Amino acid sequence: MSLTDVATQIIVILLLALLVGTATTIVRMRDLWAAVMLTGIFSFLGACWMLILDAPDVAFTEAAVGAGIATVLMLATLALTSREAKPPPEFPILPILVVFMAGAALVFGTFDMPHFGDPSAPAHTHVMSEYMNDTVPDVRQSAAHRDKTHDEHDDSQHSVAHHGVGVPNIITSVLASYRGYDTLGETVVIFTAGIGVLLLLRGRRERRDVEEDEG
Amino acid sequence: MFAIAMAAILVTMALALARARLGPTVFDRILALNMFGTKTVLLIAVIGFLTERPDFLDLALLYALMNFIGMVAVLRFSKYGHFADTEPEKKAE
Repeated sequence: MSLTDVATQIIVILLLALLVGTATTIVRMRDLWAAVMLTGIFSFLGACWMLILDAPDVAFTEAAVGAGIATVLMLATLALTSREAKPPPEFPILPILVVFMAGAALVFGTFDMPHFGDPSAPAHTHVMSEYMNDTVPDVRQSAAHRDKTHDEHDDSQHSVAHHGVGVPNIITSVLASYRGYDTLGETVVIFTAGIGVLLLLRGRRERRDVEEDEG
Repeated sequence: MFAIAMAAILVTMALALARARLGPTVFDRILALNMFGTKTVLLIAVIGFLTERPDFLDLALLYALMNFIGMVAVLRFSKYGHFADTEPEKKAE
């Protein structure tokens, strides 16, 4: 087990090194098409890293949005603008200062955060125990129920019907059931944004066609 | 053994990154991006077996599908320059 941990740590370090290399390449790149491709690579690397950190849903969003949609949207933007970035006129002191200040503020903010996996973290002390108690025994009971299907007097079936939401994965149960309205709201927001962007792009295209017809 | 496979995949990732950085033509870079997506799929699969959670394989399959669709979108865009309908001669009538 420890060997696996060491291997995972080495992989994480190498992935982060690749991330740093990609980021510096993007910053120094003047060809914007290549920069867009490299942002796609950056997203894939970030998704790998998040997956190792046990966040497959975030990793999948990162890959779908970062490597898929963002790349295509960036290319669509490139079609409307130039493909070469202008080199900065002089050494950008002020932007570098601002970036360093913002980064330092973010790092300073992480000092207040609880450690990774801290059981006394706020995320684990309020409603989380309730969710755990409602969901995890649910799985155990249904597994036990599956094991002894031939027992005639089985109370677990009764409690399965009453406790929990019947979703075996705890994250899925929180996302889709306990916070279902929240997720519905997020989905509505994203859907509306998608419709808005599509309408804007299509309207622009038709107007250009009308202008071409008139001219 | 999985660690060796992982090291090989990471080296290949670094090579693909170098191609995306150096690549003189557009298609070198698109190919580098596509290859990077494939290497991501492989990396996820190997991570799944290394940490003894082979159910990551489903995620790897999803990544493969998404990589394919994204690549089709990028290539289509690099050919036509837009995503609207691709038959302008119909509009002229």
